[in-house]
Formats: sequence, structure tokens, C-alpha cells
Amino acid sequence: MSTRVRWRKVVSHLMLALTGVCALISVSVLFFILGYLAFHGGSAIHWEFFTKLPAPVGEIGGGMANAIVGSAKLLALASLIGVPIGFFGGVYLAEFSGSRTAFVVRYSADLLNGVPSIVIGIFAYTILVLPFRHYSTLAGSFALALLMIPTTLRSTEEFLRSVPRSLREGAMALGASRWKTIISVVAPAAYRGILTAILLALARVAGETAPLLFTALGNRFWSPGWNQPTASLPVMIYQYALAPYEDWHEQAWAAGLVLLGLILVVNVVARGVLARGVAVPRS
Amino acid sequence: MKRIGMFLALVVLGGGVLGAADNPVLINGAGATFPYPIYSKWFDEYHKKFAHAQINYQSVGSGAGIRQITEGTVDFGASDGPMSDEQIKAYLDKHNSPILHFPTVLGAVVPTYNIGGVKASLNFTPEALAGIFLGKVTKWNDPLIGSANPGISLPSEDIVVIHRSDGSGTTYIWTDYLSKVSEEWRTRVGKGTSVNWPAGLGGKGNEGVAALVKQTPGAVGYVELIYAASNNISYGAVKNAAGVFVKADLASVSEAAAGAAKDMPDDFRVSVTNAPGKRAYPISSFTWMLIPAKFDDAAKRDAIKGFMKWALTDGQSYAEALSYAKLPKSVVDKELKALAKVQ
Amino acid sequence: MAVTATTVHGASPKAGSRTFLAKLRDGDEVARLVTFLFAMFVVLIVVFLVFELWRQSALPRHKFGLAFIVSSVWDPVFDRFGALPFIYGTLVTSALALFLAVPLGIGSAIFLAELAPPRVSDTLQFLIELLAAVPSVIYGMLGIFILVPLMRQYIAPALKATLGFLPLFQGPAYGVGLLTAGIVLATMIVPYIISVSREILLSVPRDQREAALALGATRWESTWKVVVPYARAGILGSVFLALARALGETMAVTMVIGSTPVISSSLLSPGDSIASVIASQFTEATGDLYLQSLVELGLVLFLLTFILNGFARLLIVLTSQRGSGLENA
Repeated sequence: MSTRVRWRKVVSHLMLALTGVCALISVSVLFFILGYLAFHGGSAIHWEFFTKLPAPVGEIGGGMANAIVGSAKLLALASLIGVPIGFFGGVYLAEFSGSRTAFVVRYSADLLNGVPSIVIGIFAYTILVLPFRHYSTLAGSFALALLMIPTTLRSTEEFLRSVPRSLREGAMALGASRWKTIISVVAPAAYRGILTAILLALARVAGETAPLLFTALGNRFWSPGWNQPTASLPVMIYQYALAPYEDWHEQAWAAGLVLLGLILVVNVVARGVLARGVAVPRS
Repeated sequence: MKRIGMFLALVVLGGGVLGAADNPVLINGAGATFPYPIYSKWFDEYHKKFAHAQINYQSVGSGAGIRQITEGTVDFGASDGPMSDEQIKAYLDKHNSPILHFPTVLGAVVPTYNIGGVKASLNFTPEALAGIFLGKVTKWNDPLIGSANPGISLPSEDIVVIHRSDGSGTTYIWTDYLSKVSEEWRTRVGKGTSVNWPAGLGGKGNEGVAALVKQTPGAVGYVELIYAASNNISYGAVKNAAGVFVKADLASVSEAAAGAAKDMPDDFRVSVTNAPGKRAYPISSFTWMLIPAKFDDAAKRDAIKGFMKWALTDGQSYAEALSYAKLPKSVVDKELKALAKVQ
Repeated sequence: MAVTATTVHGASPKAGSRTFLAKLRDGDEVARLVTFLFAMFVVLIVVFLVFELWRQSALPRHKFGLAFIVSSVWDPVFDRFGALPFIYGTLVTSALALFLAVPLGIGSAIFLAELAPPRVSDTLQFLIELLAAVPSVIYGMLGIFILVPLMRQYIAPALKATLGFLPLFQGPAYGVGLLTAGIVLATMIVPYIISVSREILLSVPRDQREAALALGATRWESTWKVVVPYARAGILGSVFLALARALGETMAVTMVIGSTPVISSSLLSPGDSIASVIASQFTEATGDLYLQSLVELGLVLFLLTFILNGFARLLIVLTSQRGSGLENA
């Protein structure tokens, strides 16, 4: 083996080891954060946390039941609004559009992505809170949906595009229309990437605080329906973390853990549901 | 895909049902963060007594409180600083009826510090405080500080000023005081919920400032009394208008209010910083609830009026445990009479 | 590219052309229209947003004009507002964040996509995505309680001792500052880069790798010189996503940047960013000029994003090979 080849092999091992180090660092950060949350918030997690309303200051106990339900409501509605828009917009870009419209749409999505979440919150406030003169879960979900759209759209486009042309042409050669090709062949082939992007978008908005402060406000009680202010985990964390009471700090960390748990559950369920529902090709 | 759609649709419908209580009066308020602990305690206690009244208060900031009550997105507001004449006029123009101020409790803002080797309570003169925050007094062993603290040996450490990064009523109270005691501060920086700080770093919230002060050697910052107490950081005494060095505590804050109580204007908008009185703490302030004079919804109006009556009487007994000073009796009496204005 | 498929079941005997009804029946035109509407919604929202930002910042635009962008004074009491320190802070912290997160992220993605066994890779991916859900406030708290003291007591002195001759690392080290904010931001955006890049790398057809290996490339060479360039568009896309997040991040940055509107060449100095100052001061802003100046800051950030995106796209166009599909990135 010549020295050149040996050198290239060494470089190869070295660089690959380096990527391993990168991955190790990234994962360590995650475990560190999880560990910190568990350590500081673990003591506050008990059955009450999930079932009770927040307790007034100075009283130990109480929970964040309304915030958990509130976050779930907000995220569900936000997905209902944001995912279809992002997904179908991405389909348009990948399958139907001309290059000029595509450019405009892509650029818009990137711009929307760069808007600070607080500005989105203020925007949602001006169109959904001011005219109706009250804060609401709906306004909060709208703001969160706006935050989900760019990631979903660009990633849908990206992953649909990555499906090899041969797959598409094969389907069309068999007589499927454009639309059928997309639904039955292309999308399923790209579903993993698209799902990842959607879940990532969901994870991101799950932790957003600023837009909710302007739209869903907050609520120490239960929030009926969709038209009243609602408590949510990120806002509770924000309020409790910046308060002078140690047991509120603990609750803030615990809420962080619960939020992560919520996202974990959604991840697992979504991957499970989708894996069974779509991977099987339809005839 | 269809499966997810159905699932989500179910959740949406379900969400509408979840969280519905049976016929409570839902009232939303927003405003100052400073009184949040006592307000949340009050609203919870009141709800225990009168289960149908659900008063939801969110601490989004005094300025936000003023803005939201003017826009009408909340039923009442709360602020650490009284509304200005322009803001009152704006409310009047928009709603055709006035907005009323009701002081609820008193609080104090204290100077906290972290100096190596100094555990004792320092005395601060107004000149020293102004000098420090103007960035002119840069070392702890400056004579301006030392002259008020003869028994304490101060190191030659650099002073690191910590102020608030976010707009806040606490800043308003602090800068209001400095504007009164320092002409240079008044003309150069002024008073407001956010100012152009000549020196120092910003921390987010009282908690952020306390955290930074605790961590940074040589730091000095201003926080609400309760944050200094609960974070266990040293805070100093301030020389009041009568020339006495007073450390903030509930008695000295109440004394500051007592002086103002005599000349309390009818709309209750008064600043009590640098108040007269031998034992008065000079950096004290009322905090107000902003209540519309006219309510369209009778149930809401009755709930709020009922709450205010309770807060001004029974509610005051919860204040001291949370490091807030009670209102002077004369002020309470005046407010109870003024409540009649809420229609 | 609009390819019209001829249906086998079509009734029309005419060769080549299809009736409108036939197209409608196929659903292609409907699909095209519907997806077009969804896509246009996005454009409309952005236009509406910019319009609102423009409208709600009329006062300071008329009062300060372009001086707003170059002035360094931010004085809410005396009504003088300038955006320069915030623009500087935003750019520096985002650049720092990218500088740290991109190599780390791409390296991790390569490891997860190419080297790790599939189950390990999937589990780690799963967990790393969770990082994206950690609320900003918690990153901020961790920043204040852990990173800031570490920075002040160990990292900054070490940097000053070794690289202190550079203006980048001079001046007192408070713990909070541009560098701390950059590190916190990097931690926050790394999950996006890793997640998306990994998926993109996994979607590269196997024959690409195998061809390279068959030609005698080492594992690394096949990855770095064949697979990654093939996936370049998607990876760059994930970097854009990460950059956008960094530019708009508010809470965590506010807590560790020191909130001092100054421009300093040192990374250890405190600073401030556009998103962070909007978040800090918006709710308390009293007075129309003050409020609208904050909105104008939002507009400035928008402009910044616009320019940065355009610049990055130009970069792609200039460096891409024709036909590699990158011009559609």
C-alpha cells in the first residue's frame, strides 16, 4: 500500500472520528439539559402537577393542569392550520409551479421564517385580538401556525424534490395522473423527511413563549372553548422562572420536562400512526 | 394523512369542551409584574370565597396593562406608575368614560450589591446612587460612598452597574427617585419604564438583575424588596429627604405612604418617592389597579367591585407576608368611597 | 414542469389534446389550483405582514428617515431612537452561532447518517429533535446559571490569555455578552441543522456512495466529496432555517447578552440584538414614537433577513454547477 493511500485512510478515520465527536457533543448537550431539568424539577412532578390548577403564591403544591391542556389545544389547532398550508404549498413548489412563482413563494417562506416570533405575535395580535377585543386560544394557534408554515413548506418541497425522477416517470408511464402520482408514489417516498420537518416545526412552536404573550395571554383557570385566554406551558415557565419563589422555580423546570415529554409522545405517536398508514402503497 | 386529519378534528372539537366550567364570570386583567405575587394570591383567595368569580390576572408589564385596558382587550389593568395625562385622555376619547386609578399596595425598590468582603449593610446617599448609575462613580472605595460608611473598609473594586433590560415599573420607580434627587440625572437620563442607561449591563426581570448581581463581583443593581429578601443578597439603606439612612422594610414604606396620604389627590395619582417623614423609605411606590368607570357587563362590574372592596379591607392582611406594605387607612377609606364611581 | 398525462380511460379520440372536463376529472387542475392557493396564502401573509410593519412604523420613519439605521442612540425618555447597535448585535451573535453550529451540526449529521447503526441513529435523531422543543426561556436560564459564570471565570480569561492580542477578546469579562449569546444561540440552532441534514443525507441514493467507493475512494472521501455535495442544497437549506431562527431568537438572547446598546469590537463585550430589544421593551413602551420605533426595528430585521437570504441565494447560484439541481434550492 503506497503512503498516499495509507495517508488517505488515516485522514478518513480521523475525519470520521471527528464527526463522532461532533455527535457526542450534540448529544451531551441534550442529556445535560434533560438532566438539569430532571434534577431541579423532578421533585415537583407528582400526580398533582398534572391534575391541579396553579396554587397561589406561598402555598406549596398546585399544578399546571390547565397549562398542559392549553398547550395541547394550542398545538393541535396550530398543526391543523399550519401543516396543510405548509404541505400543500410545498407540493405546489415541487410539482406544479413555474420557476418564477417558485422563487417568490420560496423567498416568502424564508422571510416568514426569519421574522422574530415576537413580531409574529404582534401581527397576530393586531389581526385577531384587537378587532375582537379579547385574547384567545385561536389567536395563539394562528400565531403558532405562522411559525410552523415555513419549515413545513420548504422541507416538503425539499424532500419531494429528492424523490428520484424515475419513480415519478414510472408511475406516469403506468397511466397515473399527476395528482395520483404525487399522492400514491412521491409523497409516500418522501414521507419520512416531511414528517421529520413537521415534527421539528411542532417541537419548535411548542416552546415558543413570546407570540403567546400577545395572543393567548395566560390564564390561572381553565379556559373554555377557543375564545378565551389560555394557560400554556411555555408561558407558565416564563412566569415561574422569573419569580422570586424557589418552589415556583422548581415548577418551571418540571414544566419544561413535561413539555419535552409531551413532544416526545407526539413524536412517537405520529411516527407510529404514519408508518402504518402510509407506507403501504395504495393501488 | 386521513387518520391524522380525523384525529386532529376530534381534538379541536374536544378542546372546545375541555376546560368549560359552569357559568363563572370570567374576568381578564393584565399589567404590572411587581404586584403579581399579591394579586395572584388575592384573586385565588377571592375565588375560594366566591367560586363564580374567576379573575385571571397576567403580569405582562405596566405599559402593556395601560395599553390593553385602553384597547379594551382586558377588563382591568394594573400599573406601577400612574397613567399620564395623555394616556388618560386617550382612554377617555376611546371609551367615552374615564379610567379610574385605585392604589392597592405599596412596595419598595432597594439597591443591592455584591462586594467582596463586605457583608454589612451599606449606606447610600442620593448623590452616591446618582453618581454610580450615571457612571461617574466607578470604584467602590470612592469617597462619595465611603463618607457615608465610616466604619466599613471598601475595596478598590470596579463597580459594575446592573439595570433592567426590559421596560418595567421598577425602573420607573427607581428613575423617578433619581430624577428627584439629581438634577443631572433628570436632564440627562430622565424617568421612564425604559431609559438610556449611561452605564451598566441589563438583566431580564427582577430575577435577572438579582441573578447577575449575585454572580458578578462588584455589582450593584436595583430590585424589588421581595427579590432581595428571597435571593439573599445584601441591600443597603438609602438617605431619605429628612436626612436619615433608612433600610427598606414594611414600616418605612408605610411611613412614606402616610406622608402622601394627607394630600392624596382624588384620582389617587401620586408619587411617593423621596417622601417626607423621618422614617420614610425614599424609594417606595404605590401600585395601582386601573378600572373603567363604566362596565357594559353588570356581572363583571359587580365581581370587580366586590373584589376591590375585599382587597382593600380583608385582602390587606395578606400583604405583609409577601413583603408588600399595607395601604394607610385614610387612603383605604377614600378608595372605598371612590368605588361608587364604577358604574 | 407541467407534464400532462394522457389518460387511458379518456373518451376523447383526438390524439394529443384533452378536454377541460377530462383534466378536471383527473384532478390535476384542481390539485394545481388548490396547492397554488395554499402557496399564495404564504406570500399574501408575508406581504400583509410587511404592510403592517410599514404602516405601524410611520412616525419614526418620517421623523428619523434613514438616520434611524445609522444612529447609535436609543433613548426612550428623550425620544431619540437608532438601530445600529442592535443591527450589529444581531449580526455578530448570529454569525457566531452559525460559526459554531454549522460544523458541529453537519459533522453530527454525517456521523448519524453514515456511520451510526440505524437504530442508534434513529434514537439519537429523535432525542436531538426534542432539543428543538426546549423553550427559549429554559435556554436562557441555563445560560445565566451555568454558562455565564463559566464564561466569566474560566472561558473568557482563557481566551484573553491565549488570544488576547486580538481586539476580539479584549476588555473586561462580565460573563454576559456577545460571545455568551452566540454560544447559547448555537446550542439552540444545532438541532435544526442536524435533523434536516441527516434526513437529506439519508435520502442520497446508495449508488452514489457505492460508485465512489468502487472507484477507490475512502469512506470519508466518498462521504465528503460525493454524498455531501449531492446533498448540498438540502444542507444549505437547513443552515438557512437555522440562521433564520438565530436572527429571530428573543428570550434566551435577552437573558445573556447584557442588554447594552453599544458597538464594540470585542466579543466579550455586552451588546443587544433587535429581537431581544423588541421583546424586552415592547410591552412597556409608552408613547407612539417609542412603540413605532420598536416596530421599525422589526422592519429593519425583516430587511436584514431579506438581504441575507438574497446574498445566500446568490452564493448558491454562483457556486453551483449547472444541472446539479442546486439552482432550485
